[in-house]
Amino acid sequence: MSRPRTPSQTVGPYYAIGLSRRPQNVLDPDGIELSGRLLDGRGEPIDDGMVELWDAEGRRFGRCGTDGEGRFRFRVPRDCAVLEALVFARGLLRHQRTRVYLRPPDGDDDLLAALSPAERETLLARPEGDGLVFDIRMQGERATVFFGH
Amino acid sequence: MRDEDPVVLPDDESYGDEVQVDYPGYRSTRWRAPKRPLVPLPERLRDLAGPVFGEDALEPADNDLTRQHEGEPLGERIIVSGRVLDEDGRPVRGALVEVWQANAAGRYRHDVDRHPAPLDPNFSGAGRCLTDDEGRYRFTTIKPGAYPWGNHDNAWRPAHIHFSLFGRLFTQRLVTQMYFPGDPLLAHDPIFHAVRNPKARELLIARFDPETTEPEWALGYTWDIVLGRGGPGTTVFEETR
Repeated sequence: MSRPRTPSQTVGPYYAIGLSRRPQNVLDPDGIELSGRLLDGRGEPIDDGMVELWDAEGRRFGRCGTDGEGRFRFRVPRDCAVLEALVFARGLLRHQRTRVYLRPPDGDDDLLAALSPAERETLLARPEGDGLVFDIRMQGERATVFFGH
Repeated sequence: MRDEDPVVLPDDESYGDEVQVDYPGYRSTRWRAPKRPLVPLPERLRDLAGPVFGEDALEPADNDLTRQHEGEPLGERIIVSGRVLDEDGRPVRGALVEVWQANAAGRYRHDVDRHPAPLDPNFSGAGRCLTDDEGRYRFTTIKPGAYPWGNHDNAWRPAHIHFSLFGRLFTQRLVTQMYFPGDPLLAHDPIFHAVRNPKARELLIARFDPETTEPEWALGYTWDIVLGRGGPGTTVFEETR
C-alpha cells in the first residue's frame, strides 16, 4: 500500500535565504557559460525565480537565482549534450521540469522526435559569443516545453 | 470581485496529492503557471539519479537556527523533526533538507520583504541537515510569525516553514511548506488550498508532539515527508549496504 506523497508548495519570493546562501552555479569550472532569462506569460522577467541544472551522467549539479532582468548564469560542462533543468518561482506551486540541449543531438532523440519543430526549438540552447543562451518562457506562443513528473 | 474569483475553492479529492498549479486564488500563478499539458517523459528519463550531498554541504549550527548568532532569537523555541520516506515507506537516507522561514514577528531577512515588523539581529532563518540512516531530520528553531502579503484584500499567510528536499532521484525533488496545527489562517490561505484534496492538505500540517517536546526548553512538532517512489536504484542501494 503506497503512501500519498507530501504535496508541493511554492518556493515563494524569499527562497534565497535558504537556497542560495552561496553561489552554486558552476557545474564545471572549465566549462562553457550558459545564460538565459526566465520570462512570464507577458514576456516580463521573473526576477524571483531559480533554475537548477543536473547532469545525469556525472551527477554534477548547480543552481542560480534570477536577477532583476530574470537572468540566470551557469558554467556547464563542455562534454555534455543535455542537462536536466528545474524551474522554481513565486507563483509556481510546483517546480517545472525541462531539458537544455547544449547542442543539437547527433542521432535520433526519442524525446525531441515526439515534439513539433517549434516545441523542439524551445529546448535547444543557441550559441552566442563564447557561450550559450537558453531562455525559459513559462507561457505563450513560444512557451518552453515542460515535462510530466 | 471575490465572488467571481474566490480566494479559496471548494475541496476536490480528484486532485489526489497534486497541487493545482493554475489555482486562481493565488494571483501570481496567472502569468507563471504553464498553460499547456506537460509532455510525458520517455521511461529511460524517469529514474535519473539526483545529486548526492555530503557532510561538506553543512556548516556548524546549520540545524539549530537559534545558535547562529551571538545572542538568542526572540520567539517560541521549537524542535521540528520527522522522517523522510518514499511512497513505499522506506527511509530516504542522506537526503539534504533545507529550511527557511520568517522570524517570530513574521519578517524575513530578505531585501524584498517590506512588512513593517522588526528584524531580529539574532535570527537569519535558514537551516540545513542531512537525514540519518532512518531518514530522520531535526531542526531547532523558533516558531515563525504570520505575515501580510499582497495577494488579496487583507491577505495573511499562516505561519509556515519552507522545506526543500533532494531525494535519491531527480523525480524525488520536493519544495514545500510545513504548517502548524490549529492555525486559523489556514482556512483562508490560497497557497495551502491549492492542494484541493483535504486529506492531502493535512499532510502539510505538523503535529504537536509531547514525545519530542523538551521539558523546560522547547515545544516539539513532528512532520514526516513522503517523496515519490525511490525506484529500483534505492533497493539496490539498500541491499548492497
